[in-house]
Amino acid sequence: MTTNGTGTHGAIIEDTMPEEDRPLVELRNAGKSYGNIRALHGVSLTVQSGKVTCVLGDNGAGKSTLIKIISGLHQHTEGEFLVDGTPVRFTTPREALDKGIATVYQDLATVPLMPVWRNFFLGSEMTKGPWPVRRLDIEKMKKTADEELRNMGIVLDDLDQPIGTLSGGQRQSVAIARAVYFGARVLILDEPTAALGVKQSGVVLKYIAAARDRGLGVIFITHNPHHAYMVGDHFSVLRLGTMELSADRSEVSLEELTNHMAGGAELAALKHELAQVRGVDVEELPEAEDLQAPVAASSEGTS
Amino acid sequence: MSMSPQAAPAVTTPPAPGPKETDGRTSQRPLALRLLARPEVGVFLGAVAVLVFFLIAAPSVRQGSSMATVLYQSSTIGIMALPVALLMIGGEFDLSSGVAVITSALTASMLSYQLTMNVWVGVIVALLVSLGIGAFNGWMVVRTGLPSFLVTLGTFLILQGVNLAVTKLVTGNVATDDISTMDGFDQAKKIFASSFDVGGVQVKITVVWWLVFAALATWVLLRTKYGNWIFAVGGNKDSARAVGVPVNFTKITLFMTVGFGAWFVGMHQLFSFNTVQSGEGVGQELIYIAAAVIGGCLLTGGYGSAIGPVFGAFMFGMVNQGIVYAGWNPDWFKAFLGVMLLGAVLINLWVQRTATRR
Repeated sequence: MTTNGTGTHGAIIEDTMPEEDRPLVELRNAGKSYGNIRALHGVSLTVQSGKVTCVLGDNGAGKSTLIKIISGLHQHTEGEFLVDGTPVRFTTPREALDKGIATVYQDLATVPLMPVWRNFFLGSEMTKGPWPVRRLDIEKMKKTADEELRNMGIVLDDLDQPIGTLSGGQRQSVAIARAVYFGARVLILDEPTAALGVKQSGVVLKYIAAARDRGLGVIFITHNPHHAYMVGDHFSVLRLGTMELSADRSEVSLEELTNHMAGGAELAALKHELAQVRGVDVEELPEAEDLQAPVAASSEGTS
Repeated sequence: MSMSPQAAPAVTTPPAPGPKETDGRTSQRPLALRLLARPEVGVFLGAVAVLVFFLIAAPSVRQGSSMATVLYQSSTIGIMALPVALLMIGGEFDLSSGVAVITSALTASMLSYQLTMNVWVGVIVALLVSLGIGAFNGWMVVRTGLPSFLVTLGTFLILQGVNLAVTKLVTGNVATDDISTMDGFDQAKKIFASSFDVGGVQVKITVVWWLVFAALATWVLLRTKYGNWIFAVGGNKDSARAVGVPVNFTKITLFMTVGFGAWFVGMHQLFSFNTVQSGEGVGQELIYIAAAVIGGCLLTGGYGSAIGPVFGAFMFGMVNQGIVYAGWNPDWFKAFLGVMLLGAVLINLWVQRTATRR
């Protein structure tokens, strides 16, 4: 029942790049029914190493069901789910983690009352000593957590503070750093920017880019096409449980993407919002080359 | 940020200067406030206050033998308050823990007596029964997702009824037969219910067990993986599950730990009184829970310590005996308890608010 004692977590697993261009994770016509309700149907999706796959959709489009299948919380009821080319069916999140699929959830990423470093290592704690007196290697964990967070550009004064005292963006960032550290090859981000302000969203988007540059395959779930377009390489739009659009960055413009996401009526309002968001974010993200950068938009997609 | 061209390079440097860059937005809170935010500090101060109060109010408390009695009283509550506290930190509670103590003692007593076997057989079987009850509670809670309040309320009623009915059925009486002459009794009594001499004062062995278990529980809670999981499943079960913590395993084993505690206290009662009253134990579960809450454990889980309930149990024992030594009406005991409990809950609430404040 419990897949306990799954060996030596804590070792930094270097980016394990597949030899060919085989996708890390692939869904082929996958679907999920809860009783007689079909939440998801005919969804195909590939996740490549070093690429960001964005899954967009309004509330109730099936985004959550999709990630729950990939992260092992639920099982698909139709179609195929392949990891490294082999069909799989996860029964617990632990199995997904062991395959290198880590999920950062919007709301349930952390345990608020626990210190930052305990949260960082939760479920994969470092230990020392033989069995009867096997204990947590607290110093090493604190040191590693601090280093890893700094590597991702997150600076915290006190790793002993409860993680609930951090801001939403910081908590997301800690969760991302954590997933990257534990050798995740595929990072699933469930609406990481949904509850965040513009500036904090920028911070999170920066870490998504950092994770991608480390060679991770990223699945970025969002209902914000602007955020998606800033980092995405491939876009899938879900609507009422089915795929409405699946296109590479080269095949779709932000306007088209927004169009797919929202009906024509809301488009004007969104356009206005888009201008604002881009204006602010582009200024906030690179920080350094404020005035030097000739084209502001070039700092984003590196497709 | 619009600087002159010369200043521009200087602006680009900040991102990675020294190794010990600080965020600078969090200020260190005063030491006293940080100490108070520890779960066990509030109850420690409370225990000291109660002790000092009774040292002044009841002169006889100052004698060593009175103190030994207070500690003994505290230890019988404290041994059970520990697993109950761990379970509470793990986000659940167990209303059946009071009668489970009696169930365990009855099992050991009747089994050994009726089958005329060595008492150790009864003791071992009682342990299995107690662990089984814990496992059943835990399994029901994680399987059904029902609140543990309801599940264990059910177990509480079942055990209460079974205790009375089976005892009546087997012995034809409300109490079990005296087992003090049976094989292995003296041996078992040494472990569960003996006394030893410290400077002319008889100290019960349960006091030692209590402190040993408390040390063990503290170590497990703060220094092991399993302890980390306890905080996690109580703090946020879904997060814990999502990062790979075996939530069901943790919860079920916590319930089984309560079963172990019930067995231990049950054995103590059996071997110190030789017989067991089948109707006892009702209401004790609330005392254990209260000791854990006074000890700084959050009723909703995810926060607390193992050392806090030690002081919580000590407060109980102190007040309980102190009232007697002071020559007051013992009826005041429950009123005292209520005041202590409310005070503890208010402190908990305040701690939780300050600890998570941005």
